[in-house]
Amino acid sequence: MDSLLSFVTFIPATAALVMLIFLRGDDADAQRNAKYVGLFATTATFVVSLFILAEFNPNDPGFQFVEEADWLLGLQYKMGVDGISVLFVMLTTFMMPLVIAASWNVTERVKEYIIAFLLLETLMLGVFMALDLVLFYLFFEAGLIPMFLIIGIWGGANRIYASFKFFLYTFLGSVLMLVAMVAMFADAGTTDVEQLLNHQFEFETFSVLGIQIVGGMQTLMFLAFFASFAVKMPMWPVHTWLPDAHVQAPTAGSVVLAAILLKLGGYGFIRFSLPMFPVGSEVMAPLVLWMSAIAIVYTSLVALVQEDMKKLIAYSSVAHMGFVTMGIFAGNQQGVDGAIFQMISHGFISGALFLCVGVIYDRMHTRDIDAYGGLVNRMPAYAMIFMLFTMANVGLPGTSGFVGEFLTLMAVFQVNTWVAMVATTGVIFSAGYALWLYRRVVMGDLIKASLKTITDMSRREKAIFAPLVFMTLLLGVYPALVLDIIGPSVAALVDQYDLARADFAAAQQLAQN
Amino acid sequence: MASDLTLILPEILLAVYAMLALVLAVYTRKDEVASTLLWVTVALFIAMAAWIGLVRDGSAAAFGGMFIDDAFSRFAKVTVLLSAAAVLLISEGYMAKRGILRFEYPVLVVLAVVGMMMMVSSGDLIALYMGLELQSLALYVIAALRRDSVKSTEAGLKYFVLGALSSGLLLYGASLVYGYSGTTLFSGIITTAKSGEGSIGLLFGLVFLMAGFGFKVSAVPFHMWTPDVYEGAPAPVTAFFATAPKVAAMALFARVMHDAFGGVVKDWQQIVALLSVCSMFLGAVAAIGQTNIKRLMAFSSIAHMGYALMGLAAGTAFGVQAMLIYMAIYVTMNVGTFAFILMMQRDGQVITDIGALNNYASYQPGRAMAMLVLMFSLAGVPPMLGFFGKLYVLRAAYDAGLVWLAIAGVIASVIGAYYYLRIVYYMYFGDTDGDRLDDSRSRVLSGVLMASAVVMVIGIANMFGIEGAAASAAAELVQ
Repeated sequence: MDSLLSFVTFIPATAALVMLIFLRGDDADAQRNAKYVGLFATTATFVVSLFILAEFNPNDPGFQFVEEADWLLGLQYKMGVDGISVLFVMLTTFMMPLVIAASWNVTERVKEYIIAFLLLETLMLGVFMALDLVLFYLFFEAGLIPMFLIIGIWGGANRIYASFKFFLYTFLGSVLMLVAMVAMFADAGTTDVEQLLNHQFEFETFSVLGIQIVGGMQTLMFLAFFASFAVKMPMWPVHTWLPDAHVQAPTAGSVVLAAILLKLGGYGFIRFSLPMFPVGSEVMAPLVLWMSAIAIVYTSLVALVQEDMKKLIAYSSVAHMGFVTMGIFAGNQQGVDGAIFQMISHGFISGALFLCVGVIYDRMHTRDIDAYGGLVNRMPAYAMIFMLFTMANVGLPGTSGFVGEFLTLMAVFQVNTWVAMVATTGVIFSAGYALWLYRRVVMGDLIKASLKTITDMSRREKAIFAPLVFMTLLLGVYPALVLDIIGPSVAALVDQYDLARADFAAAQQLAQN
Repeated sequence: MASDLTLILPEILLAVYAMLALVLAVYTRKDEVASTLLWVTVALFIAMAAWIGLVRDGSAAAFGGMFIDDAFSRFAKVTVLLSAAAVLLISEGYMAKRGILRFEYPVLVVLAVVGMMMMVSSGDLIALYMGLELQSLALYVIAALRRDSVKSTEAGLKYFVLGALSSGLLLYGASLVYGYSGTTLFSGIITTAKSGEGSIGLLFGLVFLMAGFGFKVSAVPFHMWTPDVYEGAPAPVTAFFATAPKVAAMALFARVMHDAFGGVVKDWQQIVALLSVCSMFLGAVAAIGQTNIKRLMAFSSIAHMGYALMGLAAGTAFGVQAMLIYMAIYVTMNVGTFAFILMMQRDGQVITDIGALNNYASYQPGRAMAMLVLMFSLAGVPPMLGFFGKLYVLRAAYDAGLVWLAIAGVIASVIGAYYYLRIVYYMYFGDTDGDRLDDSRSRVLSGVLMASAVVMVIGIANMFGIEGAAASAAAELVQ
């Protein structure tokens, strides 16, 4: 099929449109129908997206399933996937049915809720498939709208502050990227990502307002893109919107945010910043590496003192994203491989951890760590699953969490030993906060009266976790499943990056002589 | 001579229609025919727009160059006519209910539209002034349409006094330009401007002219009248102020800048850029504290004029194209938003406090969603059409080397996003108790609201072809 990607992308949006037009009322039947339509649509999207994976040729580093059509202003509607993006597409379609299933207890404005998630899925898929700058920006930014509503309407007590902060923070980051995109359009005369990847942007040093800018145009564009992706990622010190958003968002919103939306930033770095502005990346890499290392240690320490479970996991996400940026800007094969792997694996693990919090939040309506203790006595299955994901979050060998951390640390060790050393201490801290959280919530005697009647996971909840457990273990013991697919594309990217860096070094040399 | 009259035929027809309608209404049952008159006017506007947009073509000047009929003026005229028709359409129910649907209203709107059509077609300072005053005088009267309301008359008076001041500035500028170039024809002025003779005096004249235009497009620092007039005038009249006159004034601005001063872009570019950046920031910041939705829309329109001026500041054909597209998108969004504002009432009383929208989405999901789309579109968030308007002007500014202006523009758009989000916040995140707004039964208002929202979403496919029309319009203006 020629337009498989568009088809996959727009199944959820079509389902949302159908619901918008045909589903009336908000009684129990309508709510159930809305949930089933949502579940059906997301599952169908997943099944159809399996065809992409099945027909994907992992040995071809270029873009596959490409579709093109002319659009406004000389822009194009162009979609395609390569080894880097195809797994993010799969991650999205894989997670969304679980997200909808995890929302089964929502009873307020269910129709709008499901519509918001379906639209969000379309927009996220679009981000990973778009091969036109403006099309990418369109999907990237539009995702803010449903997420703003999800946090604002179905969130917790302080949801309004969190939703505004989320929106304005990420919007401010992105508009600078828009200006850089306009600059790229003007410079290269096209917004086609494939052509831009082969276009060399100026890297002559020039000065702005008396400041020498090494790497010139590329550095400025890099910084503009960095403003957007770093906020989205989020990187320290612009991560502060994330804990607020996570804490206030409903469980399903947190899962989408952690599992998929955070990956948009990392994907952007790999798709745009590294290959299109190699000189800018080279110039700024030390800064980014140190920011990542600080993020890993600092947010791990912050996570240690959290009283709110969701906040703790949110800070842990920031730390894990630190490994991703570190791996990307190490700029070698292991680094980029490891970063992508870490993002995929973090999608499963952090999603599952937020679901774990959701399970007990549904029962007790509190996320305070102090309100729990000794859950293992009444919820053995839950204790088992929570332990698995806690260990995966720590990076225990045998789980997928280990592979990504190991690869990125190894990569950065070759580039900058000090950063690697600092980051590695973060691994120890992460074991600290994760195990401590587990001990305080699950272990010990069940002394709190309110917990005496708590029930173990229902069959629906177990069914949601089963695929996540399976994927976490599978990727932990057989990482080649991922690495074989991303390998050739990453290799091509890294080669190109090395070439550009060599050019830049030669130019620098020439300038000095 | 006959060919001259053919070129100006649409304006003549409309002017004759306005006078006939006036006489007819006076000699029949006066206000009782107002409703019929209004519908006939809407039909006439739409027919005129179709005639001008689809049938007429070519580029020619009449009356010795005083009146120009080209693709640019036709684009502006079609936009003016359609937005005026849309505003009349949404006015009818609201005004009839409040007893202010006087027969003069459609007649004055027609006269204002004739003035606007003259403005965008003018090829001479005298013709320009004639069109501008015809438009302005009609608007002053409409602003004070509700003559027993203090606020409405205050709005009319303020508008009149400040409008007269701006006309004075404009005339003074025109006289300087005439004095230093020896002609009032744009084609003559441009020769003098290019040759560099009398450049200081000409520059002075140019600055005064621009100050006058600044008043008309409500660009900062000439914006002071806007919030008060918007607040005081009856809501449908505010809707009219926010749409058609803005398009006409922006088109006139572009016309004078390019036809009369096209060779000396460097002389006026900085001024337009300054107007643009001030408008964007003031519009964004000052609207944050507003609780009255009409005042909020006033500041919003100031900010939007800033973005449109960004296109003009580029001083290129692409910049003009971007400005035209921006204005077309802007009026579409505004018509929809004002249709929503006209529906805001409780127990039959007009409500303008945005706090009254509390929880609106739970009892009016469809309209709330349409308003949500419009708000995000006004904020310039993709995938709505409003984003593409911003993209065009950013591109134009960047290409012209105004990178700082583009960066300032996007930052202002983030600040501005806050107050659009706040309306969404009231509608969607509000708590569940509190008084509800009335369920407006007006099919016309909700139809216009929905249509405008749908356009914002599906328009991103190809913008209904206005891109090409705007491109040819801009190409004819900027040579």
